[in-house]
Amino acid sequence: MTALVRSYGDRSLRSLVDLDRGLVSREIYVNEDIYKMELEQVYTRAWLFIGHESQVPNPGDFVVSRMGEEEVILVRDRKNELHVFLNTCRHRGMKVCRYDDGNTLVFTCPFHGWSYDTDGRLVGVPYYDAAYKGDMDKSEWGLPEVAQMCNYYGSVWATWDKGAPSFEDYLGPYADMARRVFQSTDGEDNGVELFNPVYKWRIPCNWKFPGFSFDGDRAHGAMTHRSINVAAIGPQGDANGGNRSPLLAPFPYTDYEMTVPELGHGGHNAIYDQPGVAPYKDTWFTEPGIDDYYREQREKKREKYKDKYIVGETAHIWPNVNIQPHRILIWHPHSAGVTESWRAYPIDRMAPQFVKDAQRRYMMRYGGPCGLTESDDMENWNYASAASTGTVAKRFPYNFMMGAGHAFKDEEGAPGMTLNYEVAEENQRSRLRRWLEFMEAGSWEDIYPVNPVSPSAGQAVKAERGTV
Amino acid sequence: MLTESSESTLERLLLREEIEQFLYYEAELLDDRKFDDWINLIAEDIHYHMPIRRNVKFGTQERENTSSLSEISWFDEGKRTLAGRVRQINTGLHWCEEPFSRIRHIVSNVRILEVNGDEVRVNSSFFVWQNRLQDEVNLFVGRREDILRRDEDTQWKIAKRLILLDQNVLLAKVISTFF
Ligand code: FES
Ligand SMILES: [Fe+2]
Repeated sequence: MTALVRSYGDRSLRSLVDLDRGLVSREIYVNEDIYKMELEQVYTRAWLFIGHESQVPNPGDFVVSRMGEEEVILVRDRKNELHVFLNTCRHRGMKVCRYDDGNTLVFTCPFHGWSYDTDGRLVGVPYYDAAYKGDMDKSEWGLPEVAQMCNYYGSVWATWDKGAPSFEDYLGPYADMARRVFQSTDGEDNGVELFNPVYKWRIPCNWKFPGFSFDGDRAHGAMTHRSINVAAIGPQGDANGGNRSPLLAPFPYTDYEMTVPELGHGGHNAIYDQPGVAPYKDTWFTEPGIDDYYREQREKKREKYKDKYIVGETAHIWPNVNIQPHRILIWHPHSAGVTESWRAYPIDRMAPQFVKDAQRRYMMRYGGPCGLTESDDMENWNYASAASTGTVAKRFPYNFMMGAGHAFKDEEGAPGMTLNYEVAEENQRSRLRRWLEFMEAGSWEDIYPVNPVSPSAGQAVKAERGTV
Repeated sequence: MLTESSESTLERLLLREEIEQFLYYEAELLDDRKFDDWINLIAEDIHYHMPIRRNVKFGTQERENTSSLSEISWFDEGKRTLAGRVRQINTGLHWCEEPFSRIRHIVSNVRILEVNGDEVRVNSSFFVWQNRLQDEVNLFVGRREDILRRDEDTQWKIAKRLILLDQNVLLAKVISTFF
């Protein structure tokens, strides 16, 4: 703690994050000590995205994943139970698994040969009888397992903290939205699988650049992505000016920045003026047959949801995951100045192969390190991070003022949520707010149950929908 | 050697020379940022595929490179998308290549695997250096397996390209060049 205080002067963390005025010190994005503190305060406590059950369909299947800087193994044991283990041998720390995925009976450590069952138990120790002479109880030396794991409609999440609330409570008002992300396009629960494998790549920027801005920075699109339409990568090809996104025909709606500031989650979400799901609009002009599939799926979903008011389609789950119907984005901290970005693509499990292929190819050309859209995000995050480390640069706080003090509630349209104009920085402030709470907390008891946050004074409780 | 006439030996050497020169020419177009000329070397039906390389257990190496049939790859596309990439760079607004990086493609280990009518299957290794802005450096090393097709207009067209990049986690933030 002493070193920490010294490396950014005698200022408290709270003084670095002034959300009422929208001023945030660059220090929290570049300081090494603050970064190390995040690994402890944020990444050993928060619920983190691990993967999806479809990655490990059979007993003995495993895939490596990551929590913060550290590698974990998602494995299905012989009794069909899922586990998440830290990938380190209890003897001298060697990685017990150096494959990306596969199927195994045991994880045998290549250093001295300790072996662990797929349920984590230490089952084999060379020279056990001869050399340990019964002094060591093997049952105490299994693989380190997460404190809590949740299979949420097929998606797997975990935390190292026993004191964390349940995953559903952690999601709060976003539980419903998160559930829908893992439905197939006909509205069936547990309806998707992930394409294999996930993209993994390194971006030279602090994890909060993508992690705290994605789905909360609509202002960047027009400038960052100015060059994309000319490439016409969207399903509709050259139609609609080559727009990179599918055509949509939603019911009349208003788009907001929507967030739960108490929990840090949020996204760009719409409130529709009528219940149910809008009819499908044809958009796959480049490939025959795809629209027929999606239209049929949509009709089934419309039937299921015809009386229900739907809010939003995507959710940013604090701290570092964004889940959307066709993509899951994860930004792992790798060092203060490097993010290891992961990207997984869900697809309707029951979709015909040609639909899966079309969707897969669209996702590959859209995003990730080789996608045409996001390469320009990466350049901006990289050099924004780089130009923030200077002694003089750090004297100038980042400007998070956009829409500050103009948030409002609409309990009827979006219960529990805080709203702002669709181009605002409400979500980013919300994530920073929760970040500060985690960084200052002694334990989960200090940060859950949450204290309600009311929109800043000076703003009407509810603005008319459609007029903001 | 004894079974081969000197005539066919000469033919083979000339073909290799021609293929090598073509691959060096292609590399030069990319390094000189003549993307419109480069895309003109791409056949209409190209499959341009850079799989992800997995760490897999001995005996399951057939799973090492992701399949273009059902899995995710770094690149898995045809000319339409490649041409889109060229148009995007040519806007001057594609920030990850504006200003241009300094990129050099070193091509070597050229080996003809098969001649089949007007098509040649050829292996080559690449070492690509990228220096961006002041001090950003990315290195891409790997092997390509191409099918080149004779063409009246450009001598050869690239009809198929498999690119095996020797990385697992991609260590560059983006891949903004072609291979
Ligand atoms: S480190 Fe694993 S057996 Fe020794
Ligand atoms: Fe973007």
